[in-house]
Formats: sequence, C-alpha cells, structure tokens
Amino acid sequence: MRMTCPLCGARDLREFTFRGAALARPEGDDWNGAWHDYVHLRDNPAGESREYWAHSAGCGAVLLVTRDTRTHEVFSVTLAEGAGA
Amino acid sequence: MRFSGLRVLKEGLTGNRGWGPHWRDPAPKPAYDIVIIGGGGHGLATAFYLAKEHGLTNVAVLEKGYLGGGNVGRNTTIVRANYFLPGNSEFYSQSLKLWEGLEKELNYNVMHSQRGVINLFHSDGQRDAAARRGNAMINQGDDAELLDRDGVRRLLPYLDYDQARFPIYGALHHKRGGTARHDAVAWGFARGASDRGVDLIQNCEVTGIDTSGGKVTGVQTSRGVIRARKVAIVTAGRSGQVARMAGLRLPIESHILQAFVTEGLKPVIDNVVTFGMGHFYISQSDKGGLVFGGDLDFYPSYAQRGNLPTAEHVMEAGMTLMPMIGKARVLRSWGGIMDMTPDGSPIIDRTHIEGLYLDCGWCYGGFKAVPGSGYALAHLLATDRPHDSAKGFRLERFRDGVGLMDEEGTGAQHNTH
Repeated sequence: MRMTCPLCGARDLREFTFRGAALARPEGDDWNGAWHDYVHLRDNPAGESREYWAHSAGCGAVLLVTRDTRTHEVFSVTLAEGAGA
Repeated sequence: MRFSGLRVLKEGLTGNRGWGPHWRDPAPKPAYDIVIIGGGGHGLATAFYLAKEHGLTNVAVLEKGYLGGGNVGRNTTIVRANYFLPGNSEFYSQSLKLWEGLEKELNYNVMHSQRGVINLFHSDGQRDAAARRGNAMINQGDDAELLDRDGVRRLLPYLDYDQARFPIYGALHHKRGGTARHDAVAWGFARGASDRGVDLIQNCEVTGIDTSGGKVTGVQTSRGVIRARKVAIVTAGRSGQVARMAGLRLPIESHILQAFVTEGLKPVIDNVVTFGMGHFYISQSDKGGLVFGGDLDFYPSYAQRGNLPTAEHVMEAGMTLMPMIGKARVLRSWGGIMDMTPDGSPIIDRTHIEGLYLDCGWCYGGFKAVPGSGYALAHLLATDRPHDSAKGFRLERFRDGVGLMDEEGTGAQHNTH
C-alpha cells in the first residue's frame, strides 16, 4: 500500500500510521452515550472507509484517507485539517 | 462413524472404502429453537456443547461458505492459558482443560500437542513482568516456570545467545501450552454436533436478522427464511457487518494479521517460541513447516492479506532470534480478519435485542478459545446466564468502564492492541 501525502508526494506505507476511523467528535458530556459511541463503537465497513492517518515518518501531517478495506485501494488523501471530519 | 484402532486397521487393509461423510448435509428446516450464524470453530463448538451439555438439538449452524473455512483454518494453531488478568485468566484456564479432554470427548484426533510455550525475555524489566505473569498463572491453577538463560539454552540451543542488542535473559515456560491441528478441531466439533442432531447448513449466507417488538424472530438467508427464537452471531472478523443487520454497532474494528509457513523441514523447533523484542513467534507443524507470525498490520482490513512492511519486520525479527531458519524458504503467507475490541478481550453476551447473542471480539486469540467459547456461549444460550468462566466478557464494559481487561496495559481504546 502506498499513499500520496498532499505535502510530500507518494510514499510507502512504512511512513504512515493509522490513527483511527474518521468520526464526528461529539459535543457535551454525555459520557455513557455519545462519547461511548464515539470512542468505542465502529461501523467497521467492508468497503469504503474514511480514516485518519498520520504521516509520522514524513511531514507529520494528519491526513484524511478514503480507502477500500477489501482491496487496500486508496481513493483519496487530503489534509485532515479543514476537511470537516 | 467412530474412529478406533481396529477400524483404522480394517479400513487400511480394505482400501479405505468404508469411510463415509463425517456429518450430514441437511436442507434447512423452516424453524429452529436456536440458530448459530457462523460455522467456524466457535460456532461449531457452541452447537456441540448445546447438544451435549444441555440436550438442545433443535439447532442450526448457518455457514456462508464451508465449515471451518474462516479463521479456524487461517491461524497459527497455538493453544495456551497464560493470561494475566482476572476475567481472561479463568476463561483460558477452563478452555485449556477442555482442550486436554477434547480428543476423547470428540473421538477425533485433533493432534493436540502440549509441547510447551516459551515466552522469551530480554531485560530485567521483562523478567519481572514474566515472573508476575507466571505467578498469576500459577494462582489460577495453571503451570508456569521461570527459566534463566541456561535453562532456555538447554531447551532451545539454536537461538542466537550472543545477540548484543537483544540478549536472552530467560523465559517463561508454560508446559501445558502447545499446538493443535486447526482444521481437525472444526471437523471434530462438526461431527459431534451433527451426530447429536444439530443441522450444519453450508453455503447458507445470512442476509438479514428479523426482529419484532425488540425480540429476534429469525434470519433471512440465501436459502430462504429461517425462524428462530434465539440467534447467536459467531462470525469473528465479520461480526460488525452481521450485527449491523440487527441495527447494532459493535466495539470492534476488523484488522489484518499475517502468518507464514515454510517448506517442510525435519524436526527442528520442538516448542512454541515467542520473541520478546520484536513481533515474532514460531512453531513447527507436524508436517514439518515452520509456522510463524507477528503482530497486526495495524489498519482495518478485510482483504485477508497484509502488506510487506509487516512481513519484513516478522522475517527480520525471526532472523535476529534464530538465524538458523534463514535458509528455509517461505511457501505461503496469508492473513486473517481479526475482530479487535478496544481492550483486546472478547465478548460473549446478550444484546439489547431479546434472543440475540454475541460471541465475538476474539482479537488474535480465538483459536485456543474455541472449546471454552463454545462451552460458555452454549451455557448462555441455554440458561440465559453467563457461564462463570466468561462472566467478564460483557458487551457493556466499554460503556460503564467496569471490568475492562486490557492485558497489554496500553489503554482500552481501538488500535492499541
């Protein structure tokens, strides 16, 4: 698997670290409800998945990656900041 | 059809023409008391113990492919009871005891070999952790022995003891640990369940779970509607998708774990050996192949194959520990879909939907749990009370924070185990 960092270009998987499903962070302090869902529960899709990855051995940017969990095909890589996720 | 020495001899002398299929191949009935989704190790074991321990035989196991074609056929076959935390400890202890009687109980040679699991350590800190774990295992009633460097050398003379970066300080030796023939475990449970009247239905994919008024009523399948009073989801890496059919989101991410096997070699590795300073563990199959693996690739995947960086790490770690395997040629590598929970421990529980049960979240430790999981889930299905050995495997522990079982001490969050 290779990903194209918007800042650094196409790089090997070794440079990237998976940081979790890209989910909307809840407001408020509903710890046993919305926050439990956000921290623990997952759609866990077999198919297109939106995820955060860090370019940890490169520029360090946090990225929003859309990819297919069945084939490892990468559809898009953008900077997470400002992506609205 | 039962196996015996006499029968094997007779069949051997008469061209092996007397063997028949090991289980029936029934068409699905319109309704069952209990439907188990998933004909892998855990599902088949559950069916077996439902029939044997609880006398419940109006039961169907629905398998979308063929029996034992999922993770029970894709693992590294290790059986052990060396867990540290209460909750896990008693469960795996119970499971190992079931393993020890399994061949007699099933009249099936699952080739359970208690060749010992040797977890190496490479620093004073790791020795302390190993001693602490060993004491926990002994307190649980299982076996553990702390070996010093010379003790390890007597058992494993082939390791690189002069490795300057990762010196071998000793090991925790779990003698009752070992391996088993993974497919045979599925087959043995399948035959035992089928003989007692359970319907094992292959090529039957569940496409929907029917509920009415908060109760489960049955399942939609590729072979028609099947009604059921109770439905258990026992689908390992696919648990999330099957649970979604009932509107449930689970605390599970499906990750990839790779494993590798070499060409067949003469006997060289007598035990299960794990490296403490890199992701590598190894045993030798009875066929001669070196079976080894490492850690997750650490990203969600249903591809059943991994990527090269992890393969490279595993090979490097293996070469660091035991350079003698360097000339062995790798025949195959593969991946399994691991149902990873936030704390790395499993779930055997009811759900908020009456009659819908979960047995999932086995992470990368499902194989050794097969008998224990089947036993505990059968108890839960039959009595609606958790079995004592599995009462810690609650679904809601992530919500209320009570009884999290984070063996690695890395936090009960996704992507940390």
